[in-house]
Amino acid sequence: MELQTQPQQHIKLSEESLQKQTTTLNLGPTHPATHGVFQNIMEIDGERVLETVPTIGYIHRAFEKIAERRPYYQITTLTDRLNYCSAPINNMGWHMTIEKLLNLKLPKRVEYLRVVLMELSRIADHLVCNSVIAVDTGALTPFTYVFQWREKIYEMFEEVCGSRLTTNIGRVGGFERNFSAVFFTKLHDFIAQFPAILREFESLLNRNRIFMDRCIGAGPISAERALNYGFTGPNLRASGIDYDVRVAQPYSSYEDFDFKIPIGTTGDVYDRFMVRNGEMWESVSIIQQAIDKIEKLEKADPSQKEIFYAKEADKYHIPPKADVYSKMEALIWHFKMIMGEIDAPAGEVYHAVEGGNGEVGYYLISDGGRTPYRLHFRRPCFIYYQAYPEIVRNGLLSDAVVTLSSLNVIAGELDA
Amino acid sequence: MPAAAVFGLMTNEILKSRLTEKFGAQLTDWDEPYGMLTFTAPADMNLKVMQYLYDDETMRFRFLTDLTAVHYPDRKGEELCVVYHLHNLIDNIRLRMKVYVPVEKPDVYTASALFSAANWMERESYDFFGVNFVGHPNLVRILNVDEMDYFPMRKEYQMEDPTRKDKDDEMFGR
Repeated sequence: MELQTQPQQHIKLSEESLQKQTTTLNLGPTHPATHGVFQNIMEIDGERVLETVPTIGYIHRAFEKIAERRPYYQITTLTDRLNYCSAPINNMGWHMTIEKLLNLKLPKRVEYLRVVLMELSRIADHLVCNSVIAVDTGALTPFTYVFQWREKIYEMFEEVCGSRLTTNIGRVGGFERNFSAVFFTKLHDFIAQFPAILREFESLLNRNRIFMDRCIGAGPISAERALNYGFTGPNLRASGIDYDVRVAQPYSSYEDFDFKIPIGTTGDVYDRFMVRNGEMWESVSIIQQAIDKIEKLEKADPSQKEIFYAKEADKYHIPPKADVYSKMEALIWHFKMIMGEIDAPAGEVYHAVEGGNGEVGYYLISDGGRTPYRLHFRRPCFIYYQAYPEIVRNGLLSDAVVTLSSLNVIAGELDA
Repeated sequence: MPAAAVFGLMTNEILKSRLTEKFGAQLTDWDEPYGMLTFTAPADMNLKVMQYLYDDETMRFRFLTDLTAVHYPDRKGEELCVVYHLHNLIDNIRLRMKVYVPVEKPDVYTASALFSAANWMERESYDFFGVNFVGHPNLVRILNVDEMDYFPMRKEYQMEDPTRKDKDDEMFGR
């Protein structure tokens, strides 16, 4: 047999290895366990992972290059496609970056509405990630169960902006139109019913013996290594660092809200799962607080009900359609904006928001033109996914699969 | 949530004075665009400055938030700019450090020994801008195909195919 005469792979096997020969395993690019298009070439000794070489870039779409030719409002659709599980957070992070560049101050109602949408996205993102961990450990039921509730969140997005997954939600300075009464009805229903669902989801998994045995101790990372690897978001907090952009550098009036940052200790799959669950509870609480604050604002001043964008952002906010059809000036502005002929001031901005899986940063350099001179997306999972070979080394192959889903690596964000 | 009160009292002024004390006039172009302290370091000093910022017990910049590159074709002799965003999580303050290198010899020392996070970000900057990170353990392309023989984010490469004659969009875009 010719194959057997091939030289051994240059990996030194441990003394207790039975096989004395390693196997090369191709996990991906389109493997069900990767939940996205990326590849891991693994060198395994029996079931033990010795080395992993990730290959990424399968769905690279050159967003940063495209952004250099697009007017600012057209870049929002690119941000949708980064972390598509929580697109509204990316959209609003981008809008806030431009608002920072323009030194715009938004009305409180707009900021609270943004908080509502961002926290709904966070719940949707965490629901996907946590229920997929359950799927990878062999439990399909929680996944199908909570997806109904992700669906309800998407219905609310649809009510606000007309689309569901890639939302393109909001505009510079606020929203394109006011929120409908249907949205608020759906939101109230969701807040009333979701806690019971989340409790049930937790009761299916949190103390489930099989789930715990699969998750506890799988794919751990120490706080020190996590920081060195640039971890952010739930993955960093699972290893015990309480860094959350919403608290450290509050944006969109997050400083008005009272919430906890759940943290873990060992940074393993179970801790990541528990941190995300904890965050969903906090998100529910934040949404409730935001609703109360909006209602209080509207009670104090009924004219607040009509505020859905900052008046100072007029140059960047497309006029109402009725005006565009009847007033010349509105038509001119509409045309100018759609053709992207609005210049932004020159400047250099870094703005970060707490995305579904970490700190989503926008580094924008404007030279005063109609498009960015350079736009760089800090994509959290691109940065922390490079730790994957280290996390799964010397673990079992099945642990590597669960670790991958618990890291919440989104291919769209990985490859930009 | 009174976040700012919890963290330390480090300010941009203190940062700037300590860095000037340590490195003198070698750090230039001090600025604070939108509240973030920004400065430029000589290309061969990037590691020294970052190591100082990392090790010093009063600085504690131990988190590399972001690393990227920018191409300025008009700046002769310093066409490529590598931008580091560092974060001191204890005092909750960020800073931005820039390093300029000529496009003919874009050599910058790698930060991947100091921050594991820099590994892929440097590969990305190499992939798109051709910055040569000296000492990087595995400086190969990461998102583009291995066979690619140019650096696509440089400004000379246009978005649209320049040979096309049927499409005139000189009015739109750069």
